[in-house]
This record gives sequence, structure tokens and C-alpha cells, in this order.
Amino acid sequence: MSATTSGWQSCAIVEIASRTPAIKSFFLRLTEPFDYKAGQHVDVRLTGPDGYTATRSYSIASAPSGSDLIELAIERLADGEVSPFFHDVAQVGDMIELRGPLGGHFLWPGRTENPVLLIGAGSGVVPLMAMIRYRQASAEPVPVALLLSSRTSFDVLFRDELLELERSLPDFALALALTREPATRRTDFSRRIDPPMVADVAARLPAAPRSVLVCGSNPFVEAATDAALALGVEAGAIKTERYGI
Amino acid sequence: MVTRGFTGRPSGSELSERIPPGQHLVENFPVLTAGPTPRIEPADWTFTLKVGPRPVKIWNWSEFNALPRTRMTRDIHCVTSWSKLNTAWEGVTIDDILADAGMSAPTPFALAHCYDGYSTNVPLADLAAGKAMVALNYEGQPLPRDHGGPARLLVPHLYFWKSAKWVNGLQFTERDEAGFWELRGYHIYGDPWREQRYRND
Ligand SMILES: Cc1cc2nc3c(=O)[nH]c(=O)nc-3n(C[C@H](O)[C@H](O)[C@H](O)COP(=O)(O)OP(=O)(O)OC[C@H]3O[C@@H](n4cnc5c(N)ncnc54)[C@H](O)[C@@H]3O)c2cc1C
Repeated sequence: MSATTSGWQSCAIVEIASRTPAIKSFFLRLTEPFDYKAGQHVDVRLTGPDGYTATRSYSIASAPSGSDLIELAIERLADGEVSPFFHDVAQVGDMIELRGPLGGHFLWPGRTENPVLLIGAGSGVVPLMAMIRYRQASAEPVPVALLLSSRTSFDVLFRDELLELERSLPDFALALALTREPATRRTDFSRRIDPPMVADVAARLPAAPRSVLVCGSNPFVEAATDAALALGVEAGAIKTERYGI
Repeated sequence: MVTRGFTGRPSGSELSERIPPGQHLVENFPVLTAGPTPRIEPADWTFTLKVGPRPVKIWNWSEFNALPRTRMTRDIHCVTSWSKLNTAWEGVTIDDILADAGMSAPTPFALAHCYDGYSTNVPLADLAAGKAMVALNYEGQPLPRDHGGPARLLVPHLYFWKSAKWVNGLQFTERDEAGFWELRGYHIYGDPWREQRYRND
């Protein structure tokens, strides 16, 4: 299994892109490229002049492709230690220490024709985006639905790409749940996630989901998994990634 | 390698020696779980002690609650890099569980098993001599469901994935057998002071 880590490597930031008011993407060039699976993360380690270190996990947003570039999408938390550093201090050309790929559980199921339901909130869509991008690139015939909760349409991470994928990718359904703004598309929702919403999105798949992947804050993950269980999905078919907040 | 422009948020100095390398202090209690949070009513809860495949004793909720209680206040360290100091637990030590079963540990290794199918391996040396318990209360209250209620293993000196939530059994094994995360790239032992996060650390 490739989930075993090699050591730390120092990687250059080659591009920074603003994605939403609170989320930026950081493209890093791996000095020791590794293979990874959609859904895995890296650990990033920052070191101060006195040797003090801070380590945090970030999901890989890019799809596995053999490239030596990976994309991380980091949300700025106001009083955080690491995410404000990335937003306010880090620049193209800076070297960042990371290691990976990590995590051997929250992975794209792949190589089946069983429908997959992805549910994310805010920056929790990052590992799900890697899965959707991988699904598109690999042309595996897996039907996918994504339910993505965000405050407003401006906060929808990867919005343009997701809307484009919805148009171009057969078997991909997208539903946005906007919690602080009325939705303008009929296929979207203007409320917090609830069981009828999850049932509605699951019904857009050609058959009942055989695999459900949920990522976000703990309360969001609780609400989403309860809804998936209420739908009759077996507990063992539901995988969660909680960002710990 | 020093990261350009990073100074960090150093913690208070007298506390910093309680924080293992690569960890940072939190005040809240983050929840990290690989799947849905199981719903187990105490009335349905049981705890099974096994030697290999053989069950040797099963307790129901009221029988288990009648066992001697121990309190521990400990620092805990999650592999995702947060540490929380002075967490207060109450439960039944592994020593008291074995004593109630009238046995001493038959092998030096054990696997904890859980309602959600999760498992984790812990050597006997880290379970016995008052080092670990099956915790029933946290901060004086019944353990909340998302923190493993009604009962979780507590092995506070190892990374916190070893403190398995929704625990329903302990199985002694001949060999040190990898559990759920240990099979998925995490370290077989998980000592935070030696930063044993992943398999090759
Ligand atoms: C597997 C995994 C994958 C992840 N993937 C991503 C991802 O793709 N994108 C992403 O954005 N995040 C991701 N996260 C979350 C990420 O790891 C960090 O937790 C997040 O970026 C916050 O880190 P921070 O250092 O900015 O905030 P921290 O310093 O850790 O603080 C977190 C919050 O707690 C508060 N806080 C904590 N301690 C203090 C204190 N002493 N004083 C004041 N306030 C405090 C802060 O206000 C802040 O809001 C992931 C987490 C995991 C476990």
C-alpha cells in the first residue's frame, strides 16, 4: 500500500490562486514525487526560527495523474496558526515541508459501477474534488452525485469547475446547499443539510448509492451520516473525514 | 528547515514540556472518526473478553458498571497534531476487568474491538498496571456519543486512535496484530513522544 510515508520533503509553491473569499489554492511541486489515491492527504510542517514547528493535515485536491504538482486548498481560520500563514505570508517560490501521501481509508472506491454519493461542506469538498477530478480523468463508469454545502454561492469552492463538470460529465449530478443565500438553480437548496435533501440528491443517481463519503466539520458530518443511514445505506458503506473542528 | 516568515503561536513555556514534538495545544475536544457515529443504548451494550477466538466473559451494562471505578486525569495526544491537557476520565481499569474475570493476561498482546467494526492493537504492557481503562465518564458526565459513549478504551499515553471509541471487547492475541488504522499506514505502537505517527516513523 502506498499509504506508507516516506520522509519529509521540501516543496516549492509554484502558484497561489484565490478560490473563494476565504480559500486559496496552493500548487506545490514535489521534489520526490509520489503516487497517491484520490482522498488522501499530506501533512505540512512549518518551522520557526527557534525550531518551533506546527504540523497540520491538508487533503490533496488534485487528481492522481503522475504529475509532480499537487494542489492544496486551504481555508483561512481567523485565529488559526497555520492557515493564516498560508494566506497572509506564503508566496510563490517559498519552500514548504510536507510528507505523504497519508490516510488509507477515505478513498475513492473506484473500479465499480456502483453509484457514489459525495457530501461535503466548505473546504470539506477538497478530497471529494480529487475524487471527481479522478473520475473524470479516468473515465471509470461510476455515477457520482455531489451535495456541497456552503454559505453563499461565492463560498462554493471550485464552483466554476463543478458547474462545468455538471454540464460535460455524464453521470455526474451536482447539488449545492446554500445556508445564507437563496439558491438560484432549481436543483440547489437554500437551507442546511437535512435527511430529505440527502434523499433528494441520492435519488438523482441511477441506483441507490453503494458508497457514501462525507467530509466537513464534525456537526456537519454527523448530520450527513445520520441522513445517509436514514436512507438505508449501511454504516459500513459510509466513510467520513472530519477536519477536527 | 526554517519556513520563511513563520513564527507560530508558541504555547506557554511551563506547558510546552507536556506537549510532544509536532503537537499543538487545543482547548476544545475535536472529533475524528472514520464513519458514522454508532448509536448504542446502554441496555444493549455488552463487553466481551476473549482469548484468541474464545469468549471468556461477557458483561452487560449494569454488571460492568458494578466493577470498581478508577479516575484518571491525563494529557491526550491525537495523531492529527492536537494535544489536550488535564482531561478527566472515570472507568474500569483493564486490571480490574481481568480480576473480575478471575484471570491474568494470557498473552502479551491485545486487540480492542468496537461496535463500528473498528479495532486497534495495544500491548498488554500498555494496558495493565493502571495505565489504561474502559472509560464510562468524561469530565464527570456520561461519555458523549460522539466521543465514544457509552464506553471507550482510554490509553492516554499513546496517540489517541488507540483509545478506541464504542469499545465492546478486548481480545488477547498470540501476536501483535495490526488494527484498523495500523493496517492503513499508521504506526503499530503510536508513542507520541517518539512521534510514531505513520508506519515507518
Ligand atoms: C485529514 C485532514 C484533512 C484536512 N484537509 C484540509 C483541507 O483540505 N483544507 C483545509 O482548509 N483544512 C483541512 N484540514 C484542517 C487543517 O488540518 C487545520 O486544522 C486547519 O487549517 C486549521 O489550522 P490552523 O493552524 O489554521 O488553526 P489552529 O491553530 O489549529 O486553530 C483551529 C481553530 O481553533 C482556534 N484555536 C485553537 N487554539 C487556539 C488558541 N490557543 N488561541 C486561539 N484560537 C485557537 C482558532 O481560532 C481556529 O479557528 C484537514 C484536517 C484533517 C484532519
